[in-house]
Amino acid sequence: MSAARDPVPDPTGRAGAHPGGPAGPDPTLAGVAEPADFDVAGPATVDPPVRTTDVNGPAGAGPAGAAERVVLRLARPYLGRLVGAGLLAAATEFAGLALMATATWLLMSAAGRPPLDRLTVAIVAVRALAISRGVFRYTERLAGHDAVLRIITDVRARVFAALAARRSAPARSGDALSRLVSDVETVQDLLLRVLVPAAGAVLVSVVAVGGAALISPPAAGVLAVGLLVAGVALPVLATRLTRRSAAELAPLRGALAADAIDLTHGAADLAAFGATATALRAATDRTRRLARLERRLAAAGFAVDAIGTLLAGLTAGAVVLVALASGVPGVLVGVLAVGTLTAVEVALALVGAARQRTQLRTGLTRVAALLGDTRARVPGAGPAPREEPTPGAEPMAGAELTPGVASEGGTHDVRLDDVTVRYRAGAAPALDRMSLDLPAGRRVAVVGPSGAGKSTLAAVLTGAVQPGSGRVTVGGRDLSTYAEDELPRVVGGLLAEAYVFHATVRENLLLGGPGAGEEELAAAAAAAGLLDWVREQPAGWDTVVGEEGSQLSGGQRQRLALARALLAAPPVLVLDEPTEGLDPAAADAVLASTLAATPAGHSVLLISHRLTGLAGLDEIVVLDAGRVVQRGRHGDLVATPGWYRDQWLLQEAAERGYLALAP
Amino acid sequence: MNRRPFDPRLLRRVPAARRDLALLAMLGVVAAALVVAQATTLAALLATAFDARLDRPALAGFAATVAARAFVVWAQGTVAARVAATVKAALRADLLGAVGRHGPGWVAGQRAGQLATLAGRGLDALDAYFTGYLPQLVLSVTVPLAVLARIGLADWSSAVIIALTLPLIPVFGALLGWQAQAATERQWRRLSMLGGHFLDMVAGLPTLRAFGRARAQVDVVRRMADGHRVATMRTLRIAFLSALVLELVATLSVALVAVPVGIRLLGGGIALQTALLVLLLTPEAYLPLRAAGSRFHASMEGLTALNDAFEVEAGAPAPARDGERGARPVPDGRGEIRFESVTVAYERTTALRDVTLTVRPGERIAVIGPSGAGKSTLLGLLLGFVTPTGGRVTVDGVDLADADLDGWRRQLAWVPQRAHLFAASLADNIRLGAPDTPADALATAVRDAALDEVVAGLPDGLDTVLGERGHGLSSGQRQRVALARAFLRDAPVVLLDEPTARLDSASEAVVLDATRRLVAGRTALLVAHRPALLADVDRILRVEDGRVMELTPAPTGGAAR
Repeated sequence: MSAARDPVPDPTGRAGAHPGGPAGPDPTLAGVAEPADFDVAGPATVDPPVRTTDVNGPAGAGPAGAAERVVLRLARPYLGRLVGAGLLAAATEFAGLALMATATWLLMSAAGRPPLDRLTVAIVAVRALAISRGVFRYTERLAGHDAVLRIITDVRARVFAALAARRSAPARSGDALSRLVSDVETVQDLLLRVLVPAAGAVLVSVVAVGGAALISPPAAGVLAVGLLVAGVALPVLATRLTRRSAAELAPLRGALAADAIDLTHGAADLAAFGATATALRAATDRTRRLARLERRLAAAGFAVDAIGTLLAGLTAGAVVLVALASGVPGVLVGVLAVGTLTAVEVALALVGAARQRTQLRTGLTRVAALLGDTRARVPGAGPAPREEPTPGAEPMAGAELTPGVASEGGTHDVRLDDVTVRYRAGAAPALDRMSLDLPAGRRVAVVGPSGAGKSTLAAVLTGAVQPGSGRVTVGGRDLSTYAEDELPRVVGGLLAEAYVFHATVRENLLLGGPGAGEEELAAAAAAAGLLDWVREQPAGWDTVVGEEGSQLSGGQRQRLALARALLAAPPVLVLDEPTEGLDPAAADAVLASTLAATPAGHSVLLISHRLTGLAGLDEIVVLDAGRVVQRGRHGDLVATPGWYRDQWLLQEAAERGYLALAP
Repeated sequence: MNRRPFDPRLLRRVPAARRDLALLAMLGVVAAALVVAQATTLAALLATAFDARLDRPALAGFAATVAARAFVVWAQGTVAARVAATVKAALRADLLGAVGRHGPGWVAGQRAGQLATLAGRGLDALDAYFTGYLPQLVLSVTVPLAVLARIGLADWSSAVIIALTLPLIPVFGALLGWQAQAATERQWRRLSMLGGHFLDMVAGLPTLRAFGRARAQVDVVRRMADGHRVATMRTLRIAFLSALVLELVATLSVALVAVPVGIRLLGGGIALQTALLVLLLTPEAYLPLRAAGSRFHASMEGLTALNDAFEVEAGAPAPARDGERGARPVPDGRGEIRFESVTVAYERTTALRDVTLTVRPGERIAVIGPSGAGKSTLLGLLLGFVTPTGGRVTVDGVDLADADLDGWRRQLAWVPQRAHLFAASLADNIRLGAPDTPADALATAVRDAALDEVVAGLPDGLDTVLGERGHGLSSGQRQRVALARAFLRDAPVVLLDEPTARLDSASEAVVLDATRRLVAGRTALLVAHRPALLADVDRILRVEDGRVMELTPAPTGGAAR
């Protein structure tokens, strides 16, 4: 009876639209309440965006429908393949339907003991249908996956282009990143699990009604009603229920996620203040309430599946009644009955598709918002090129860009005039009307307590953050007049949260200087103290550093990022905590060799929380609360009461073991 | 990894789910019986329809079995979802409870994030396992048996063929599964590298931008994504092929049954009704086996989460009984604190080596030293978060290892480097552990911690609800909340861990003032970061490389021993 509803193993391991859908909406939908946009536009914010309690995402079908249109527009170059996959899906289901109908006809005809040759065609047909159903399904799945993966390739490239087109973007949290990746995959699910099976189900339903009409129009009418309920009414109901469940579950799930964070990240605070038991009780209460709600919602959700089963049987029964009443021959009554059972089950696939679609809504909307937002600016991306790269071969851009330094003559004086940066309206300014001169060739250290604005200063100079007011010029030109690819060749270096790519050491370094030869690599690595480690590795420069550089220790990672900055060697070199994560002795050595390796005439802006090794610099600028509070050479500052002197004495005490407290 | 389809630990750990699981098994039996009943009545109905007659009892029976099947479908889903909800609630409570029993030392860092995710969304993956896979697993046992029994009654020769071919499905499934798995594993490195590339590039986008390479990477992303497609398709071809083989095995088996039945029908050797029954039932025997196999992949995530949860709980010490707890002594915080040859060794590093130290009541001691030297471990020992791997810590003569830690912690006020603020009202955050604090005591603590100006600036004052992890407050404000907690505690011993780290000078001055007020008249151990804190202390300790040395403050500078 359910021969058409064959199991579909899913080697990609992604969960299908099981009837548990109502109880378990997509994890991206629950808990992580976040506005629909990607939070990429604004300047880097210090804190993650406020978690809202409104978890329903964009309400109504409107935005989701629009999102699907954006996705379908992307699918247009592959329309032929998609239609092919849809037709094959229909052919698969049809073969299953025809198989059951023909087999029934064959069997019931055989009971009339006709001569064998009258059955030969049907016998051959049954065999052909049985085998072709499997083959159709195989080709359908291959064609569908191929088309969809091609589209995903496009979507990935476009999403990346859209992100790259923005001038500045905050570093994202790991959560936001993996959500972005899984959002892109919702496109895959929309096509493979919603559109293709739905198209197949609709086509087969139409064919089934047509075929039934040839035998008995009244029976076809009954079948059509059954199919309409199964393919339209039930999916609408399932969508409603899924949506309502998600809306009811999301706040509780979100609150429970917050509880889990409090009980784990806040475990020490809770224990120290004897509040663990209370917090645990509150969380346990919430899990119980969530469980009660889930049980209640599941009862409603599975009612839809029950109605579907009932519908298939009742429609078949009604078809038998009607067919017998209108004098259809007995053999064909059997064919109609078995065919009806199969056809309604095919149409019931639309219920699963509807659930799946509801769950994909949030992710799709986010992808569409991201793509729609920058569609105009992204260069047209056609079908992907055919060649197939070997893994790790070129995760980095090739060397087609102008190599290394672009010292286009002229000076590289840097000036800040009255620059103010605020990360949020109403917040204290990170830079407060700051003015600063950095003449070409000068080596300056910027120090100060945490939150004084050191990293913001680096972000402003490298164009990652645009000042709210004031003016930044480099070489007399306003910073905003520099093209996006031009500025990094003038101002750049090692910035906070430098990223190490999952690629070879060489590729990571070449990002800094695409044309660099072995000697230049070695020189930069030596200055950063990385060369010995590279030489020790069996694969040398081709050692692959793990995902996010995780096969490197924190210190080596830092050295790698520093070597990359040195290789880039822009005329204005910004180094944000270049020796972070190194022990004091190594930090001193690396700082000295780094400064020695910077070509004469290049400016250096060194941001540091350690004060050792700054004696050789031309000037030290002390920031506090976004303002310059002290400046001068090391010797002068140590002799003057103030933050620098205090900090210097304490660091000396901590690192060298003696204490010289001020009176 | 545990690849068994059902984890028997579940029955032991979540006894509340036992009844529903039994019910689920029973429903599986009923569902199988109904599959048979539906085919039987339909066969009867069609056999009489062949003679253009309507068999009313058969039609009624068919309608009734269909209705009963619908009910069983609903009941299976509902019961499965109930099991899922019960298990998730129980595991969440156990998991979060286990975190408390393991103690804060264990849960620090990355593990906290993993556990929070596991207790939150991680366990939601069980929905797919319980509602999608488990009922199907039950059916894959009950339905083939029921079908076999029914056909055996009607036509034993067909039953023999089914019984012989049925094992082919799991056998072929396993063989092909191994093949596909081997092929997948060969591709795995390549697939994961190509698949991870997009994430890698997006995560590194700020760095690409800093080197002016962001736009240039678009083509590379496209090429790599395309490489991912090609590699994925290669794997899928094998995986789909194995599904095709399984389907053909099932189809051929059905044909093996159907062909003799047809021939006997032509020869009049079998009744039409029996033949129809065999035709309708035979495919049902093969279907659930393949369905369960195909859903196993999707349920793996849930099984993995289940396994993780069990492992976290298994490692946790058993909850202490009330009787036991009462027997433990509570040290007096006004007594002497002694570290006796304390060593703390972690898996890779030794945080403290052979530290001997006496803190006299009322003494204020500063601890300085490079980061990672073991300063925080010193405080962790006193808080009971860290247990010495050698030596012991005593307070008022009581070894902390034997002490009632809750009672001891009640005499401690702790200001951590970065206090965790909870997604609750500001008042509740300050009253942590003392929810019944009267309003005036709260107001005093707020004033003492210089938090009053912060409160005045908030929309709902003390009733303002903070975001997750205290979102909405600056570092300086958060630190003042932590100080207010400490003031409210009014404990004889105060532990401060760099209370002014990460603060700008203006906030630092405010927090320092409050810290001085807090420390006055109490025994205090403060990990210092700024010299300003050192001015009012009695002794200064320097921790380096796990060893503790005493420094003598010299008023005008000079070397210590």
